[in-house]
Amino acid sequence: MIGGLFIYNHKGEVLISRVYRDDIGRNAVDAFRVNVIHARQQVRSPVTNIARTSFFHVKRANIWVAAVTKQNVNASMVFEFLLKVTDCMQSYFGKVSEENIKNNFVLIYELLDEILDFGYPQNTDTGVLKTFITQQGIRTQTKEEQAQITSQVTGQIGWRREGIKYRRNELFLDVLEYVNLLMSPQGQVLSAHVAGKVVMKSYLSGMPECKFGINDKIIMEAKGKPSFHQCVKLSKFETEHSISFIPPDGEFELMRYRTTKDISLPFRVIPLVREVGRTKMEVKVVVKSNFKPSLLAQKIEIRIPTPLNTSGVQLLCMKGKAKYKASENAIVWKIKRMGGMKESQLSAEIELLQTDTKKKWTRPPISMNFEVPFAPSGFKVRYLKVFEPKLNYSDHDVIKWVRYIGRSGLYETRC
Amino acid sequence: MTDSKYFTTTKKGEIFELKSELNSEKKEKKREAVKKVIASMTVGKDVSALFPDVVNCMQTDNLELKKLVYLYLMNYAKSQPDMAIMAVNTFVKDCEDPNPLIRALAVRTMGCIRVDKITEYLCEPLRKCLKDEDPYVRKTAAVCVAKLHDINASLVEDQGFLDQLKELLSDSNPMVVANAVAALSEINEASSSGVPLVEMNTQTINKLLTALNECTEWGQVFILDSISNYSPKDEREAQSICERITPRLAHANAAVVLSAVKVLMKLMEMMAPDADFVVNLSKKLAPPLVTLLSSEPEVQYVALRNINLIVQKRPDILKNEMKVFFVKYNDPIYVKLEKLDIMIRLANQSNIAQVLSELKEYATEVDVDFVRKAVRAIGRCAIKVEPSAERCVSTLLDLIQTKVNYVVQEAIVVIKDIFRKYPNRYESIISTLCENLDTLDEPEARGSMIWIIGEYAERIDNADELLESFLEGFQDESTQVQLQLLTAIVKLFLKRPADTQELVQQVLTLATQDSDNPDLRDRGFIYWRLLSTDPAAAREVVLADKPLISEETDLLEPSLLDELVCHIASLASVYHKPPSAFVEGRGLGSSRRALPTRSGSQDILESSPSHGERSGVIPTQESLIGDLLTMDLGGPPVPSSVPAAPFASSGLDLLSGGLDGLLSDSPSVPPPQAAPAPSVGLLGDIFGLAPSASTSYVAPKQMWLPAARGKGLEITGTFSRRNGQIQMEMTMTNRAMQPMMQFAVQLNKNSFGLVPAAPLHVVSPLAPNQSYEAVLPLNPTGPVQRMEPLTNLQVAIKNNIDVFYFAVVMPMNIFFAEDGQMDKRVFLSTWKDIPAANEVQYTINNVNMSADAVSSKMQQNNVFTIAKRNVEGQDMLYQSLKLVNGIWILSELKMQPGNPTLILAVKTRAPDVSAGVNTAFDAILHS
Repeated sequence: MIGGLFIYNHKGEVLISRVYRDDIGRNAVDAFRVNVIHARQQVRSPVTNIARTSFFHVKRANIWVAAVTKQNVNASMVFEFLLKVTDCMQSYFGKVSEENIKNNFVLIYELLDEILDFGYPQNTDTGVLKTFITQQGIRTQTKEEQAQITSQVTGQIGWRREGIKYRRNELFLDVLEYVNLLMSPQGQVLSAHVAGKVVMKSYLSGMPECKFGINDKIIMEAKGKPSFHQCVKLSKFETEHSISFIPPDGEFELMRYRTTKDISLPFRVIPLVREVGRTKMEVKVVVKSNFKPSLLAQKIEIRIPTPLNTSGVQLLCMKGKAKYKASENAIVWKIKRMGGMKESQLSAEIELLQTDTKKKWTRPPISMNFEVPFAPSGFKVRYLKVFEPKLNYSDHDVIKWVRYIGRSGLYETRC
Repeated sequence: MTDSKYFTTTKKGEIFELKSELNSEKKEKKREAVKKVIASMTVGKDVSALFPDVVNCMQTDNLELKKLVYLYLMNYAKSQPDMAIMAVNTFVKDCEDPNPLIRALAVRTMGCIRVDKITEYLCEPLRKCLKDEDPYVRKTAAVCVAKLHDINASLVEDQGFLDQLKELLSDSNPMVVANAVAALSEINEASSSGVPLVEMNTQTINKLLTALNECTEWGQVFILDSISNYSPKDEREAQSICERITPRLAHANAAVVLSAVKVLMKLMEMMAPDADFVVNLSKKLAPPLVTLLSSEPEVQYVALRNINLIVQKRPDILKNEMKVFFVKYNDPIYVKLEKLDIMIRLANQSNIAQVLSELKEYATEVDVDFVRKAVRAIGRCAIKVEPSAERCVSTLLDLIQTKVNYVVQEAIVVIKDIFRKYPNRYESIISTLCENLDTLDEPEARGSMIWIIGEYAERIDNADELLESFLEGFQDESTQVQLQLLTAIVKLFLKRPADTQELVQQVLTLATQDSDNPDLRDRGFIYWRLLSTDPAAAREVVLADKPLISEETDLLEPSLLDELVCHIASLASVYHKPPSAFVEGRGLGSSRRALPTRSGSQDILESSPSHGERSGVIPTQESLIGDLLTMDLGGPPVPSSVPAAPFASSGLDLLSGGLDGLLSDSPSVPPPQAAPAPSVGLLGDIFGLAPSASTSYVAPKQMWLPAARGKGLEITGTFSRRNGQIQMEMTMTNRAMQPMMQFAVQLNKNSFGLVPAAPLHVVSPLAPNQSYEAVLPLNPTGPVQRMEPLTNLQVAIKNNIDVFYFAVVMPMNIFFAEDGQMDKRVFLSTWKDIPAANEVQYTINNVNMSADAVSSKMQQNNVFTIAKRNVEGQDMLYQSLKLVNGIWILSELKMQPGNPTLILAVKTRAPDVSAGVNTAFDAILHS
């Protein structure tokens, strides 16, 4: 199991160090710094073995979070746990930065004591943790309160406490999809998939049983087999294909799915790159929107990479604003809004410096960002029913909101 | 208020100041001071001097402060054991606190303080906490047992904590169950005897499966991982476990998914591969594995390393999922490299076009390692998917046109392999390759290019010039290139002797005189000798056909793969190494895991008396060769435990005298030490020349080592059993142009423990074109190692030229012992005793003999007829035999007069041998 957990800043200074097992000594802290953080080479693996000690790390922004072990641990569990640790910190004090970590180090130690015991992850649900790790110092709890906390931490429904009351029972469902595309210059789809998730915000009283219905597409398609939040009764899904659960209070990710079939691609990018001699290039990019004309796409951004030896760019675009950003080696073309079934064009003349490097410019793909108000996979929410037999509100009294958002994941066209 | 200020105090006298603050009356000030202490501790400063002052703060009703003090204690208690005792009272008191959070905190912390004196006080509170009314305390206490076991294993056993822990497996609270099972698994693995302290049974597994549906994600991982160590008693139980685990594949936590995959992969081994159940399950495995690829990159990496194992073990699962492994532009490099590996494994005829166009794209990326791997992958596709070879080659040529140095070099290395796989197909591109000669600066690429020039010297007009250009800097080249260059020039000379004599002279001189590398020098001498004595032979040797190269070069070796499948999701599966390779010590003997096997294939070695090694660990071909190579052929090849026949130690000086004889122009001078060991030789002669002395069945001799592989030495051979002695009978023929001498033999460890009972005697020297009948008596007294198939035997023969390795299959009948006649009653009871599942039926065709003739023929081969019955016109022969390693085999032979087909039923406690017995029967009856 995990022998120790360290958090470093970008310089490799230790911010948090918690050792859980006797086989991990203080020198492990330094070994990781020297061999990984200060290594000259780029990191080639998130797992490093140094002198029979294994280090797992995740790096978020400038912060390294590392777990250490000398045993043959479950590696996927260690990484999932490290990611949970960063989530947890984020939900307690916002951005995981050096400053925030230093400001909250006592809290972090308290959390680490609770969520990892002898290297075994315990309950990491922030909703539950927040009920008893409060940083309020002394808090006199009644006997009932204490019992409630402990039954929640260990309970079968560890993600929800009892006795929640709202005057207005309300729930919000966001279907959030990321469209990923890799297209050849000729417009052939090399790979495309949608990674979707359903995020739910629930403000419901008591212990409500929810039943969630969606169109069959995702459930039936073998490849799109979804994965669910721990509150969903998996065995029921396996046998009856029904999604039923008692939701945590507040926001959580109910399910995640993935599909490759029948994706409606909201945009197509058609690139045309021509190298005119050694010092000039001409680029023409056409963007076509491909959805109902009544809908509006937003936050459209197209990023066209330029060679490293670019000296100047002349731009012309029909819609939106385009800029050459030398520091990013790219032309960034932004369009605020665009209706369905429209098209727009940008042309650029790129001047190049003469270079003697033999190595050809490798033409990274053109990437695109956008947001559209529908689910490109065709995902549909059919119903969400709420039952709470003990309290006197019924499914009709719950106010429900459903929203679809389609965003670009890696949406690339080779050129 | 922020806490970061605590990190900044670095004044001198700090400790002193802290001391006074810790002893302050004001609570707030105290708390501040403890925080400062913890901050200093974090950055690595030694604040152990403050121990008594900090411990004084322990008695507080402020939970936050208490936790900080505990944190300090855990860090420093070990360095101040005497003072740590001061804390014991508070701990014991806290364990009685009405607040369950405090009770748990106390027992949790106490377990982390590794001081003997404190441990003594831990037992009573721990016992209470394991039975606490509050589940939070119980789940904490469960882990504490594992902590205590780590400090003092015998204490845990003596105090009966193991039983208490076992009881927790039936706890009503799922988290308590999960933590208890985690603790138990750890204790089992650490057990010094290698025997698990707590065995899982059907009942406990059922409890775990129930808790699985209800506990936290981490708890599910603990439970699944411990179920993966359990072997169900039969296929039905395995299926029901699979059914109850399958829903976990839809969990959002990758660890739950991978641990479930591990259990399923393991249990599927117990079922017939084509059963509907397995086919359905395989279908269910693909989607969750694909879903893992949309997690965070670190999790993806672990998933990909595991998928790499899964596609090797069960290629069908992901065969249609090629596209998800396409590399994304901003994947981290470690994800890219792993995806590439899997792409090649999944490449087949139907998807090769897509794969190739992707690979070509990757070959233009920035990361050098990745680009190289992509180029290499194109070559591997060509070799793996034959119809795509054409396209691969043209893709490689396109890449060579880019002139990017490392791309060109990598391409040339793989093109060499393509040439070897498809000779005489793509040689037209050689000229393009030759254009890039100057850019090659890596040994592997230079070596490959030189090999190509040498191999196709007759088609390259200026091959001599090209090779000569390499020769200029001969001394500066790496050994690899030097060896290639030497061989290439010799090839060139053999193909175009007229105008390259000078060149070959030059390279031979360089290799033999100016080099101090022994490999190079020896190869130089050998070529020289060959060329000067017999160019025709040289041609045969140097220009001989090369063995074809195989498709998959970097597959994990099967037994390692099987072991790693048992470790899916764990670090071992990430490193692709068994845990023993990176984990230190305790209880490792017990942790080596093997896949379960299907029922009915019980291990033969379990019934063999002599074996002391773990069964199921089948050594690989590779490691066996390794064994053979490290064998000390100079030393006595007969185990010392065998009182060997006269042993001419002087006759076995294998290492000297070869080269001199070779180089001096007098090859016919007999080596002075060639004194045959007379007695053995005589015995061998008698048996070798009089094969009719016994009537037991001896298979006709088969080709064991063709001359082409034996560098001129040809061996045909067979096995026999004469007068109770197992023998290897070989005809050794010298087909080379020079005499051979100094023969010796070694056998690798084998299923029956065969070792030579005497040194190998061959007439020495064995002149060219002379044959010799050698007989090697064998004893079944050596070390036993299970082989696949059982009757496989790996042999190494050495002579003055080289060491040759080959594997032969021994007929089972040589192991039929003379005392194989069983008493009738014993036969009857044994027949009933052996479970029906062990009975195997075979048919033997084309036997035209009466039952009596069969009986007497079998008798000559130590198969004894115990009883004969006639049932409804059919003759039934009941026979017994005994193998030399003590395994009894009972058989029933059913025959109908006039019908040439016999039905043989074999029953034994070690059914692995049945197939071999059938083959032996078949051979005997047809002899």
